[in-house]
Amino acid sequence: MDWGFILERSFSAMIGPEVMIYALAAVGLNVHFGYTGLMNFGQVGFMAAGAYGVGVTVFWLDWSFWLGLVFVFVYAGVLALLLGIPTLRLRADYLGLVTIAASETIRLLARSRVMKPVTGGVEGIDKFAEPFYNLSPFDLGKFYSFGPFKYLGRDIWVLCIGWTLLILVTLMVQALMRSPWGRTLRAIREDEDAARALGKNAYFFKMQSLMLGGLIGALAGLIQVIQKSSVQADTFNPVITFTIWTILIIGGPGRVWSPIVGSSIYWTLIVFVENVLRQLPAGARANLEKTVELSDFNIGMLRYIIVGLGLLLLARYRPQGIFGSREEMALDRR
Amino acid sequence: MMRRGGRVALLALGVLLGMGAAAPAFAQISDDLGVFGQLQYSDGSGNKVFVAGVDLSIDDVGGATTDADGNFRIPVPSPGEYTINIDVATLPAGIALRDPDRPSLQVKVSENADQRIIFPLVSAEASALSGASGGAEGNWSVRRVSQLTLEGLKLGLYLAMAAIGLSLIFGTTGLVNFAHAEMISWGTLMAYFFNIYGLAGFLGFMAGWPAPFGGGIEFVVATVFATAMGGALGYVLNRLVFRTARNSGVSLLAQMVMTIGLSILLRYVFLYFFGGRYRSYGEYASQRANKFWVLELTTRDSIAMGVSVLILVAVGIGLTRTRAGRAMRAVSDNKDLAESSGIDVEKVITQVWVLGGALAALAGTFFGFDQVKWDLGTRILLLIFAAVTLGGLGTAFGALVGALLVGVAINLSTLVIDSELKNMTALIVLIFALLLRPQGLLGKKQRIG
Repeated sequence: MDWGFILERSFSAMIGPEVMIYALAAVGLNVHFGYTGLMNFGQVGFMAAGAYGVGVTVFWLDWSFWLGLVFVFVYAGVLALLLGIPTLRLRADYLGLVTIAASETIRLLARSRVMKPVTGGVEGIDKFAEPFYNLSPFDLGKFYSFGPFKYLGRDIWVLCIGWTLLILVTLMVQALMRSPWGRTLRAIREDEDAARALGKNAYFFKMQSLMLGGLIGALAGLIQVIQKSSVQADTFNPVITFTIWTILIIGGPGRVWSPIVGSSIYWTLIVFVENVLRQLPAGARANLEKTVELSDFNIGMLRYIIVGLGLLLLARYRPQGIFGSREEMALDRR
Repeated sequence: MMRRGGRVALLALGVLLGMGAAAPAFAQISDDLGVFGQLQYSDGSGNKVFVAGVDLSIDDVGGATTDADGNFRIPVPSPGEYTINIDVATLPAGIALRDPDRPSLQVKVSENADQRIIFPLVSAEASALSGASGGAEGNWSVRRVSQLTLEGLKLGLYLAMAAIGLSLIFGTTGLVNFAHAEMISWGTLMAYFFNIYGLAGFLGFMAGWPAPFGGGIEFVVATVFATAMGGALGYVLNRLVFRTARNSGVSLLAQMVMTIGLSILLRYVFLYFFGGRYRSYGEYASQRANKFWVLELTTRDSIAMGVSVLILVAVGIGLTRTRAGRAMRAVSDNKDLAESSGIDVEKVITQVWVLGGALAALAGTFFGFDQVKWDLGTRILLLIFAAVTLGGLGTAFGALVGALLVGVAINLSTLVIDSELKNMTALIVLIFALLLRPQGLLGKKQRIG
């Protein structure tokens, strides 16, 4: 069992691309759920909007990558309006129903035969991100290591840009939530009727929150497809949304840095467990295999079983998250 | 009393989820990947004919010959891209590929699912006929519209059985149960296991036992047991997870997130035990359709539809005429009022979970006729949400009406959109229902608050 390798992988996972992408998506969900109390069960739909914003522009319209970045936000904004208009006047669970349904429909639409000329269908879209990588100051194919971390050059380039964006967006959210606008959102979360009685148009504020969080989610989707260099409909699976929920609840909803902390804890744990299982010494492996089969497929699947169990237990016993405080916890009220 | 109930529930959970984790022989179903398909063409009168004895192959991997029903499956060693070739020389006389230039197709096999592949075939006789009669029949013909309506009613009846539980659980507890999809898959998978392996055959060490424990049992009997297992799952989930959560004052929103965690947990446990392959029941997997008037329906589907109608009528009568049913509706209507008039609310909630679980499982066994798969429930969750919202969340009869309307709407939508996208109709129905009448057709205004 190669502990050095396992630790290297786990350390690298701690600030790796997945952490950054999921943290960014969780920042968006935090705006929705943590600050406004919106039950968005379709964050992956916004990620897909971001991904296809650039993918479709390059693949179908044959326009430039940079112009595609505009569409990332156009698509996400339109999606937020479509989801918000019918639901935001209603009780919280209706938004949940519609968002989960819409995110799955987006995936099915994107992978359908009919949309193949536009979205690439099941094969998806690749070779669209060159303009981004051409700007890289790092040698794309070379491994760089510093301290306990080790990454490929192209990943470092994505990481630099991604983390910069993540920090900037987080600081922006922090500033916004300290502003009167952010205080209104929290007032709506705590007691919508009271906020309305004070003359705040709750529907309007909730819509703005849905759009802001959706745009941040789209940004996460964009970085994800740039990092993978391919847009694949099936990567925008509903289970991603709930991984993001798990991450947010680990960190504690309604706290500025919780998405980053939650994402880092989640991915370090997953990478560590998966690598340990893959490298078990023969004896221990044989013992364990008497009850469970440890094929690569099963080990990969384990992550989702952990997500499911984790979400169930966290929502039941620690809805405020590991570091959250009960005062800032929307799940606990109503 | 409480403690004993808890222990029974724990034991039941052990049986349901652990399912003999102690028995090493309890392996997953072998999880080899493969490429599969069915070769068929339409004869002159529009009937499907399956083509047997055609050789297909994948270079360096292997090959297969189609069986009597035209089915083939070629196992592949790992996910990846494969080229599959059809040996045109083995096709029967008069039958040809629709695209003669494409005797080889590319497929991409992903890591957890078999890949279906279609070689479209045409018969010389049929193409001559359609040429003579001036092309294909019109899209909006009476035959097509009535056939789609019938298919829609079939879907609607199954959906209704699945949706009533969701609606009643919401009505009595205020909880939207996102794990309801897994309660449907549970029914399908249980029916499959009982049907193929017998009541306990999946425990491995009992596989050799005589029927009904080992070996596999008749599908109809398996369905009855699967329905009972559905009720058991409903009981256990309520008893172990949601009743304790209610008692310790966990908020409804937190419970909703719990149902999502539960849904993912169950879904991937199913994937672990069942594997990503699509399978079919031992019996009734494919049947010829019977014709009456312009409609076509297999005997299997007619019986399943009949059973659904009977069950739904029975549930309807039960809800309106029996004491327990009236109590359920009373709790859905106003929990506090029901409680103060002496109804044991917790008992009613237990009954609703058991009833909902059993109905969902039965619906699941019917949905499994086409294909048995681990995420079957998840794929129809959208339709169920649309059905209950359209009918009115929390009302049992609303769920019934909504399900039938959604079923028919989805099938009729294929007249104008590609059938691959037909489930999108459900989302459109859902959004318009919320815009125009958010309380649903049969719901009351105060519910949406």
